[in-house]
Amino acid sequence: MTALSELKIGRSATVESLHLPDEIQHHLMHMGFIPEALVRAVRRAPAGDPTVYAVDGMEVALRRETAQWISVRELEEGSR
Amino acid sequence: MSDCCTTATVDVQPVQRIAGKIQTVALIGPPNSGKSTLFNRLTGLRQKVANYPGVTVEQHYGKLSGIDRSDLTLIDLPGIYSLNARTEDARVAVDVLHGRMPGAPVPDAVLLVLDSLHLQRQLMLAAPILSLGLPTLVLLNMSDLMESRGGEVDTLALAQELGVPVARISAARGTGLDAIKHFLDKKSEPVTAAVKPRLELPVVGNPRSYRQWATGISSRTKYKAPISSVWTRKLDSILLGRVTGPLLFLIVVFGVFQVVFSVGLPLSNAFQTVLNTAGAKVGLLLGHGWVESLLIEGIWKGVSAVLVFLPQILLLFLFVGILEDSGYLARAALIADRVMRPIGLNGKAFIPLLSAYACAVPAIMAARTIENKRDRLATILVTPFMTCSARLPIYMLMIAAFIPNKKLLGDFFGLQAAVMLSLYVLGFLAALGTARILKSSFLKASSAPFILELPQYRVPTVRSLGLRLFDRGKVFVQQAGTVILCVTLVLWILSHIPFSAQLPQSIIGHIGQWIEPIIKPLGFNWKIGIGLLSSVVAREVIVGTLGTLYGADPATQSLNLQAALRHDLTLGGAMALVVFFAFAMQCTSTLAIVRREMNSWKWPALQFTYMTVLAYVAALATNILVSHFF
Repeated sequence: MTALSELKIGRSATVESLHLPDEIQHHLMHMGFIPEALVRAVRRAPAGDPTVYAVDGMEVALRRETAQWISVRELEEGSR
Repeated sequence: MSDCCTTATVDVQPVQRIAGKIQTVALIGPPNSGKSTLFNRLTGLRQKVANYPGVTVEQHYGKLSGIDRSDLTLIDLPGIYSLNARTEDARVAVDVLHGRMPGAPVPDAVLLVLDSLHLQRQLMLAAPILSLGLPTLVLLNMSDLMESRGGEVDTLALAQELGVPVARISAARGTGLDAIKHFLDKKSEPVTAAVKPRLELPVVGNPRSYRQWATGISSRTKYKAPISSVWTRKLDSILLGRVTGPLLFLIVVFGVFQVVFSVGLPLSNAFQTVLNTAGAKVGLLLGHGWVESLLIEGIWKGVSAVLVFLPQILLLFLFVGILEDSGYLARAALIADRVMRPIGLNGKAFIPLLSAYACAVPAIMAARTIENKRDRLATILVTPFMTCSARLPIYMLMIAAFIPNKKLLGDFFGLQAAVMLSLYVLGFLAALGTARILKSSFLKASSAPFILELPQYRVPTVRSLGLRLFDRGKVFVQQAGTVILCVTLVLWILSHIPFSAQLPQSIIGHIGQWIEPIIKPLGFNWKIGIGLLSSVVAREVIVGTLGTLYGADPATQSLNLQAALRHDLTLGGAMALVVFFAFAMQCTSTLAIVRREMNSWKWPALQFTYMTVLAYVAALATNILVSHFF
C-alpha cells in the first residue's frame, strides 16, 4: 500500500481507502476516487504540483497534500 | 462596465400548481455537462456558456419557446455531483430542486443532462435524482461526439434499467430535441393511475453504493466509453509542459497585448475619424449656436470619446472567449495553483480572477464555486483589482497620448504594449498582495483542498464567440448611449451655467477648483478631478467626461482629446492617473454585487475605502517618481 501522491507518472493503481474529512472524501468519491477504482497518474503541473490523475475517464487535478491521504495499491507494470 | 452583466432572464410569475400537470421543468446534471447550452437552445436565451466546470452559479429561468412550449418554464441550474451541496452554487441547485428556494417555482419535472462521454460516472447522479420521484427524462448529451469516438450505449436498455425515458441529444448542434418536446407533451396531460415501474435504487447518500449501481447499469446497457480525445492529451503535454507550459502562457499574454495595440489602435483611430466626420457634418447642418454646442461639443465629443474603444474591447473579449471556450482556463488554474498557494488562496480562485479581465461582476459571482467561506470572501475582496475591460478606454487614451510608439522586441512587442502590460501586472500584484494580507490576518483558515476537473479541449465555435462579442458590443454601446450620454449632458449644462461664463467660472469649474487641492499632488488638474468624480459611476465614464470638458474649453476645443490632454497634463500626472485607475474601486455595479453576495454593506464599504486610499498613495508615488526620472 502506498499513497497516491507517491505514484509515478504513467503508472496505475487501484484505490484502497481514503483518509480525509468526510466532506472532502464524499466529494472525491463522487469524482470517481472510490475503493477498487483504477487511477493513473497522468502528469504533474509545470511546478511539480498539483498532479493530474485519470480516474473513471476523467482527468482530475489534486494537490500532494490531498493525494497523500488516498492509499492505493500499485499495479504491476505490464498488467495494465 | 456598469451593467455588462445583465442576463437575459425572464421574470416568472408564481404559478398555481395543478396536480399532475407539468408547469416548471428543471435542468439538472453534473458540472460542465452542457445544461446551459441546452437551456439556450430550448429557450432562445443567451446564458453564458464556456468549457469549464462551474460557469453557471445561480438559477436562470426561461420559457420553453425553442420547442413551442412557451407555456412551460425551464430552470437552468448550477452543476452538481450529488445532492449534498458543498459549495454555494451547488446549494442553489439543490434548494431549487427541493422547492426550498424562496421566489423560485417548484419544479415538477426534471431533465437530467448527462455527458455521454463519461456516462458511467455521470450515472451516479441519476440515483439521487430519480429518488426524488419527479417525472424525469434522461438526456445523453454530446452523443454525437461519443459515437464519433467509438463509444456505444444501449439507450433502450438504459431506459428500462432507470425506469424513465432516455434520449440522445447534442445540445451544441441542437439534435434530438424532439424527444424533450415529446416527453413534455405526453407528461403535461394529467396522469391518471400512473403505473410506476419498479425501480431498484441504491442506498441514499452513499457514494460507494451509487457507484456500484452505476457500474452495474453501465455494464448491463453495454456502455462502451469513447476513446478519450488523443489531442487533448497531446495538447496538455505541451500546454502543461514543464518549460513549454509557462512559456506559452507568457507568449499568449504578450501576444494579446500587442494585438490590442497593433490591430486595435488603428481600427479605433479609423473609427474615431468616422465619428468625428459624422459629428462635423451634423454640426454644419445645425449652424452655430447653443444647439450645436450641446449636441456636438458636449454630448457627441463625450460619447464618441468612449465609443472609439469598441474595437479594442471586442478584441479583448474575443481572447477571453477563446480561453474560456477552449478549456484552457482550467489548465491556467492548474499552473497558477503553485503561485496562489503561498498567498493562501486556492488555485481555483484563479478562475474568477481570470474572468475578471472581462468584468468583475460575473467574476465575483463565480467565486461561489469556492468551497471555503473565507477563501471565497478573500477572492471577492481582491477581484476588483484585476484589470477589467472598463479600464481599457482610459489606459488606451493615456498611453496613446503620452507613450511613444517604440519597438522593444522587434515587431512583436512595443513600448505602448509594455506599459499596458505593466498596468495589468500591477493590478494582479495588488490582488495577490491584498489576498496575502487578508489570509494571514482575519481571514485565516485552513486551506480547502484543490480538486479540479480538467475538461477536454474543444474548438470554440464561431457562433458562440460571435454571440458573445455581439452581446458585449451591444452592452458597451448601450452604456455609451445611456449612462455616458446622461453624464455628459449634465456636465455640459453645469459647464455653461452661469450663462456665457468662461469654463473656469462655471459651476463645474467651481466644483473642480474646490477639489483641485486634494488631487494637485497627484499631478491632476481640476478637469481630471471632475472625471474622477463622475467615474465613480463606471470607470469608462471618465473618458466621456474629459471629452466633454475639453470640448467645452475654447483653448482646447479644436484639438482632439489626445492632443488636448498633452496640452495640459505632465507625463507624471498622466501615469499617476492610470495607476490611480489600476487600484481605485470606480464601479457602482461591483459595489452592488459585493453587497448582494456578502449580504452586508460592510464589505463593499471597506473595499471602497481601502482601494481608494491605495489608489491615492500609489498615484502620488507615481507622480513623484515619474516627474523625478523623466
